[in-house]
Amino acid sequence: MVKTKDRPRTRISNWKSYWIRHWALYAMLILPIAFFFIFSYMPMVNILIAFKRNNIIAPIMEVPWVGLDNFRWAFENVQFFQAVRNTLMFSALDLIVGFPAPIILALLLNEVKFKKFKKVTQTISYMPFFLSWVIVGGLSIRLLGPSGSVNNILMNWFGLEAPFPFITSGYHWVGTNVLFAVWRGLGWNTIIYLAAITGVNTELYEAADMDGATRLRKMWHVTLPGIRPVIVILFILTIGQIMGADMARYLAMENLLVRDFSLVLPIFVFRWGIQGMQYHRAAAVGLMASIINLAFLFGANMLARKLGGRGLF
Amino acid sequence: MSASRVMAKSRLKRPTIGDWVIVVIMILLIAICLLPVMTVVATSFSSAHYLIRREITFWPRGFHIAAYQDVIGDSRFMWSLAWTGILTGIVIVANLIMTILCAYPLTYDSLKGRKILTVLIIFTMYFNAGLVPTFMLFRRLGLLNNPMVLIIPGMISVFNMIIMRNFFFGIPDSLKESAEIDGAGPLTCLVKIYLPLSTPVLATIGLFVAVGRWNGFMDALFFLPGNARFHPIQLLLYNILNNITAVDVQDPGAAQAPGWGETVQAAAIVIAMVPILCVYPWVQKYFVQGATLGAVKG
Repeated sequence: MVKTKDRPRTRISNWKSYWIRHWALYAMLILPIAFFFIFSYMPMVNILIAFKRNNIIAPIMEVPWVGLDNFRWAFENVQFFQAVRNTLMFSALDLIVGFPAPIILALLLNEVKFKKFKKVTQTISYMPFFLSWVIVGGLSIRLLGPSGSVNNILMNWFGLEAPFPFITSGYHWVGTNVLFAVWRGLGWNTIIYLAAITGVNTELYEAADMDGATRLRKMWHVTLPGIRPVIVILFILTIGQIMGADMARYLAMENLLVRDFSLVLPIFVFRWGIQGMQYHRAAAVGLMASIINLAFLFGANMLARKLGGRGLF
Repeated sequence: MSASRVMAKSRLKRPTIGDWVIVVIMILLIAICLLPVMTVVATSFSSAHYLIRREITFWPRGFHIAAYQDVIGDSRFMWSLAWTGILTGIVIVANLIMTILCAYPLTYDSLKGRKILTVLIIFTMYFNAGLVPTFMLFRRLGLLNNPMVLIIPGMISVFNMIIMRNFFFGIPDSLKESAEIDGAGPLTCLVKIYLPLSTPVLATIGLFVAVGRWNGFMDALFFLPGNARFHPIQLLLYNILNNITAVDVQDPGAAQAPGWGETVQAAAIVIAMVPILCVYPWVQKYFVQGATLGAVKG
């Protein structure tokens, strides 16, 4: 910029100097652009298989169209409805149980007065997040399975006759699954809220103290409103996942006895598509789920903006 | 300000009943976090005899380490551990390089096309083609049953890229400008100014990537089913826990005993769990940083 000032400003020299200063940046971007083109945008062409015959050998453009047949197939499939029901059920439970849990824990952690103790508690509460779903699945069997520790205690000490079916009967497994999901994410998800809480204006607390507010009242009237924007953003992101649950969680925690309940939409796509080789039909189901997710994401975002929040975008 | 500090101090000195209630809740929380882990550790060190008699709770009964000997003696399991370690190393390097290459140019306001590129990249965070279209692409690219599928498709995570970009944004422009006056190009600025100042974010993203790779198994389940030699440890463990495959036991006689399989499975879980449990307390600071950096609007 400094050098060009005393030169005659022609279009060409501007363009040249721009290029001299920026070519290296474009060179750096070649690989990332290629990456996103190949792995994010190229597969989007293959979405067309959802409207075509089942053929992944021939180039996608040459495969004959079948209109909406694959979607029609889904709506005539009992398992599809099972999958939709399960997905919505887990999403609702996660929203009711899993979403508020870290907010509550963050509020409580914020009130811990002993610094060292708080730090140790936090470190331990992050631990489950670092365990893979496969390991969490293994833990759930050892803890709550028919020969697990909890059943041993219930049977030996409390005289239960048969093991309680925490993981072996459908609805109980659903509960176990949701609780383990909370267990795994609880501590970790407090981080973002705790960071937001440190940003709340301390004068508000002082003013509340002057008014003689109790601790609970301060949580409710100062802290919670202070972190509302963060809650809203995370809520939008959660809603945007309503149809696309974290598949590892269900794959790793399921067992043969609860297959009817662990069948969420992504697993449906995996079982019928990759394992069952019904690529066209599975792709149709996957596409529907993606579109519904996107619709909910935008819907929740619009709602948040309408209610006076900042929204996500 | 000083008044509030005095008040805070006086509150610190005399904990109220409420403070102790919270402490009790926190101790319960700690117990809930640890008990599932303790139960599997207890099972792995217990003899199968007590498992069958339902006498194992959170403490080993009939202490022995035979289950661990079986798992460690299984060369497939140990190779999988080693391979996952190697793989994690490769993935960290590949991801960091690609993420830097993507994030750094996007911090230049003067770069033409920056806006549209950013939008196109962030869009992929909210909409992806889905499993089947991706599967079809990988088939075409020859990535199916190719160990590269565990490395290449995950080389940039948009989320991590945004974290890094936001971190770069936080580095004062004046540093770059004064270097540019001295004739430094973008690459020199990156290597001499940005990267040395970015060790915290590099550590954060490196660790995110490392944990993700160490804990990941689904990509291998989808795209690498026919190449068991390159299965990462979590997929091997998944197969072991679902009785798709079994650990080679050293004493086939003992292996027949009821409950032995479960003991060995527990030992396998513990061994797969130990590396990450040893590392995370020391590096959690970087994770916390990442989780809060990522919260900044994209």
